[in-house]
Amino acid sequence: MNSPSDKNMGIIKGATGDWEMVIGLEVHAQVTSKAKLFSGASTEFGGEPNNHVSLVDAAMPGMLPVINAECIRQAVRTGQALGARINKLSVFDRKNYFYADLPQGYQISQFTQPIVGEGVITLDLEDGTTKEVRIERLHLEQDAGKSMHDQHPSMTFVDLNRSGVALMEIVSMPDMRTAAEAGAYVRKLRTILRYIGSCDGNMDQGSMRADVNVSVRRPGGELGTRTETKNVNSVRFIMQVIEYEARRQVDVLEDGGTIRQETRLWDTAKNVTRPMRSKEEAHDYRYFPDPDLLPLELSDELIAEALASLPELPDAKKERFTAELGLSAYNAGVLVAEKESADYFEALLTALADATGKSAGDLAKKAANWVISDLFGHLNKAGKGAQDSPVSPPQGAELLALVEDGTISGRTAKDVFEIMFESGRGAGEIVEEKGLKQVSDSGEIEAIIDEVIAANPGQLAQYRAGKDKLLGFFVGQVMKATGGKANPGLVNKLLKPKLDG
Amino acid sequence: MSVDKETVAKIAHLARISVSDERLAPMTDELNNILKWIEQLDEVATDGVPPMTSAVETKLRWRDDEVTDGNKAADVLANAPVSEYGFYAVPKVIE
Repeated sequence: MNSPSDKNMGIIKGATGDWEMVIGLEVHAQVTSKAKLFSGASTEFGGEPNNHVSLVDAAMPGMLPVINAECIRQAVRTGQALGARINKLSVFDRKNYFYADLPQGYQISQFTQPIVGEGVITLDLEDGTTKEVRIERLHLEQDAGKSMHDQHPSMTFVDLNRSGVALMEIVSMPDMRTAAEAGAYVRKLRTILRYIGSCDGNMDQGSMRADVNVSVRRPGGELGTRTETKNVNSVRFIMQVIEYEARRQVDVLEDGGTIRQETRLWDTAKNVTRPMRSKEEAHDYRYFPDPDLLPLELSDELIAEALASLPELPDAKKERFTAELGLSAYNAGVLVAEKESADYFEALLTALADATGKSAGDLAKKAANWVISDLFGHLNKAGKGAQDSPVSPPQGAELLALVEDGTISGRTAKDVFEIMFESGRGAGEIVEEKGLKQVSDSGEIEAIIDEVIAANPGQLAQYRAGKDKLLGFFVGQVMKATGGKANPGLVNKLLKPKLDG
Repeated sequence: MSVDKETVAKIAHLARISVSDERLAPMTDELNNILKWIEQLDEVATDGVPPMTSAVETKLRWRDDEVTDGNKAADVLANAPVSEYGFYAVPKVIE
């Protein structure tokens, strides 16, 4: 049986010994653009069937493709964000096959000369370590239309609205060894694409999907034969495909069988992979350069402008959060995982520094803790992202500033935040209205302490006889007497000398 | 380079072109003649010469990212043998 640590190592315990999984991913990411890769039809999701279709997308005779400049720019930016080589000359090829949702009879893709070459992605693994996965290439290609098989007893319905939408196919090297690494790879890639805005990363709408290549081998041995499971559309399914497929292959090999290099599908109802209809010749795509399209040449200006347009990337942001703001690697990782979260945190921190006059470095840890535990806790429960927060960054900063200057205690802040989250009102207003201001007047607190001590002579005697733990009891009594509003630091400071007599 | 009958039959199938058995042999000869004719180009030394992609000095044309087309489902479907509810309707294909 797999123990958790074996799973982390990617080792499968077979009847005949250990096996290692080898995983590579081909991720198809839809380019964020208004119009399609080679036509002026809209890329908008949904719409009436066949309404976002030009005669180019429907492959009417005589129609010619004209490339969309924005799709080129976004592919270049994505390559740069992956630290990859940008190829100043690339070529579009025809990948020939027949299917009802591919009216041209070929997909325009890039085969021998892609727009982007080798790059690398740094994975942030759950144990806090990192791992580099090499990118082999990124190329531009057309999406196909959509087939629906369940709308009619004897017919398949075809909608070409997606036909011709620009995709980036991002191909990794077979560098991953566990399902968890593959999950981390897809999440990190998605984060990067969303940071730079080249793909919305929306897996539900099919903006990102993966072909999963899996093989098994004896640890460190010769590579085994791989299978490719097509069109897997969530991180969870990708991880399930890998676990299932690796186990299946081990069972086949240990029973004396061989793995066929084949294309498989993930059956979401049965949680198994199964082979696609076997057609040997289906893999004979007969690529050749598309005679309708000249080679794509990139100018130095375009490449420089694309590079200059990149925002701070998640790895750089995480490094800055840890090195300059002193956040833990874990907290920094949580904050940078979504661009909206990082933006919220930074806006909050700036507003908080302004409000308190303290440096961002002094406030960062408190701000990060509040964002991660209080704000994200509530947002998750409400099913919202940082960009939809009912409490804006300046409002959050106002609340934290009240804690920082001692106006309210941390405990009260949690109650005030609840009200803010529900009502969208400001912290100062709520504190004022409900009379939640912390009592920091030492005379007032001393008077209450004296009353509490006078009312509990038994406990006082025990304390003085050496039962130190009763200090907590007295703190509690004072807080209770002030309705929780006494400044806890001040209470501790004033109480002890009085108890000690 | 030359092709045999089996290769021609396979290419015809891949291209979904129906070629009858009696046409296979003559078509194989015709294709081999074409290949032989083009092979004359091998006599030209092309080392270090980049592939020619067009007979005229021209560059790939680019287009701005604007929606300028679409909203013509009726035109798109006009030649479809069968359409239903705005979809192309084709014989059922299921993987």
